[in-house]
Amino acid sequence: MTARIYIPRDAAALALGADRVAKALAREVEARGLDVTIVRNGSRGMHWLEPLVEVETAEGRIAYGPVKPSDVPSLIDAGLTEGASHPLCLGRTEDIPFLKNQTRLTFARCGVIDPVSLDDYKAHGGLKGLQTAIAMTPANVVKQVTDSGLRGRGGAGFPTGIKWKTVLDAPGPQKYIVCNADEGDSGTFADRMIMEGDPFVLIEGMAIAGLATGATKGYVYTRSEYPHAIAVMSEAVAVARAAGVLGPSVLGSGKAFDMEIRTGAGAYVCGEETALLNSLEGKRGVVRAKPPLPALQGFLGRPTVVNNVISLASVPIIMDKGADYYRDFGMGRSRGTIPIQIAGNVKHGGLYETAFGLTLGEIVDEIGGGTASGRPVRAVQVGGPLGAYFPRALFDTPFDYEAFAARDGLIGHAGITVFDDTVDMLKQARFAMEFCAVESCGKCTPCRIGSTRGVETADNIARGIEPEKNRELLTDLCNTMKFGSLCALGGFTPYPVMSAMTHFPEDFSPAPVAEAAE
Amino acid sequence: MNVHVAGSDVETRTLAIVGELKGLEGPLLPILHEIQAEFGYVPQESLPVIARELNLSRAEVHGVVTFYHDYRDHPTGRHVLKLCRAEACQSMGGDAVAERIKALLGIDFHQTTTDGAMTLEPVYCLGLCSCAPAAMLDGEVHGRIDAGLAQELIAEARR
Repeated sequence: MTARIYIPRDAAALALGADRVAKALAREVEARGLDVTIVRNGSRGMHWLEPLVEVETAEGRIAYGPVKPSDVPSLIDAGLTEGASHPLCLGRTEDIPFLKNQTRLTFARCGVIDPVSLDDYKAHGGLKGLQTAIAMTPANVVKQVTDSGLRGRGGAGFPTGIKWKTVLDAPGPQKYIVCNADEGDSGTFADRMIMEGDPFVLIEGMAIAGLATGATKGYVYTRSEYPHAIAVMSEAVAVARAAGVLGPSVLGSGKAFDMEIRTGAGAYVCGEETALLNSLEGKRGVVRAKPPLPALQGFLGRPTVVNNVISLASVPIIMDKGADYYRDFGMGRSRGTIPIQIAGNVKHGGLYETAFGLTLGEIVDEIGGGTASGRPVRAVQVGGPLGAYFPRALFDTPFDYEAFAARDGLIGHAGITVFDDTVDMLKQARFAMEFCAVESCGKCTPCRIGSTRGVETADNIARGIEPEKNRELLTDLCNTMKFGSLCALGGFTPYPVMSAMTHFPEDFSPAPVAEAAE
Repeated sequence: MNVHVAGSDVETRTLAIVGELKGLEGPLLPILHEIQAEFGYVPQESLPVIARELNLSRAEVHGVVTFYHDYRDHPTGRHVLKLCRAEACQSMGGDAVAERIKALLGIDFHQTTTDGAMTLEPVYCLGLCSCAPAAMLDGEVHGRIDAGLAQELIAEARR
């Protein structure tokens, strides 16, 4: 019998040597004349174990990791193809606690299937949501998404169903679905993982959005920093088109929907939906004033749904299993599951999909296992470069949109970056301003000028120049940026700055510079 | 190493690329990506051709080219090393690795080594935040970069 061995093609696995492991395995298999099929899957999201090699057995998949190319001969000697024991053997993949304790709805297939095999996708429940949607009226599809309580996973948390209803009700001969895959936040990689590990779920979600709103054309706008995701998505779109999932008659429904993959050009601000639309139109990625809402006047001035990758990728399971099924997970007004990305200086980094409601402490200390350096955790930044820094004192905050907002933070795209006690929070605050200055689109003054003045003010504090006055000035500047900026770039940069200053004041009172010896 | 190409050749090749892509909705970014893939940078000589074919002003095209970090107005070295400078990589000592690499290459960000082997560029996040610090060398990704691995990558590229 042919043994099936899985080695991820996910960029995180590749960055840790997965291609070299795959080559070593192929070479060894050929030299020994073994009957083995190597499948390049997505990642299971346990990145400290990558490259994670799995083999299909009667008892389920058995995992080995982290595997180096030099481990391959000994793995085969030990009986890798039968799932035999070896010092790197982790047992059944599904039984690894990090994976076992998750609730994988959106990421159910990620790391399990061959990402570009439509047959594999269908065998694991794929396309059922789209088939259900085809049998329903557009208004009922929109209602089901609304009832599920799904909110925009890009960070803003706007109810997805309400956005879709606006587009459904908007008149216009041509409407669009635009997927925001411009995942620029440091500490986040969920969009990348789904595009590389289960691209069809995004395609299916976009097709459902198209049927529900009357849009016949879709665009995925992704980052040039994600060449692997672009390659997998492009291949999957071609497969879907050839199989009639996309095209003039989606799954034979008589309704059209097709899509294209577009690549950004290294501008963080294009993750903001109106800047993204301008960029997609071929203009500078400058933010537009709202109103008009993109739902009414979006791409090329036409009604457009702009949704994050994870929002769209969560739709197929909602259509398949029902609104109630999805809504029953979560807490308060945060319904369903959220793929938490644990990153930075952390022992068990990776992706953890779970219902809303875990505390920050549980995520960082228990699931993440503390720091990689072994030193105490001092701060965690939640929600990317525009998210607040939380100290240990706030580790009881539950992972929920409103709970984070109540503590002057945000969950954003659900990335958590962990820092140990060597971090200098004044330096982090300065970096937030520097990043805003580099990436500002330049349209509004608070963001364009404020960020540069912020860097200078932070530098003055670091040099011990009138620290009290400059701290006040920095606070005042943050207020101006927060309330006067056109979009979240200038508007949210104060979150990391103010949280650093509020929770770690000791880093903002540097010892006065010693006078030169006389 | 990429060398500057003659003006008329640039125009001909630009025209071919624009002709192929101008039917897209919002064709300018795809065209500029293709031009950079063709020449290794976006030559000044191609801008008037694009403007004319897309019925835009030269100022509009110039504005777009200069807005985005990706588009270059000059060739790079034979290899491009993109080093992540964002928070997750900072938390794992990315700044120290960056300083080490700059010292090894003898250049700063946005510069090319004198032998034309390597251009060093900053990047803000490669989505490899769980295996930081991260870098991309000619489109290939590398995680958990330390001083040793940095040295290996550079030596390999110089070979």
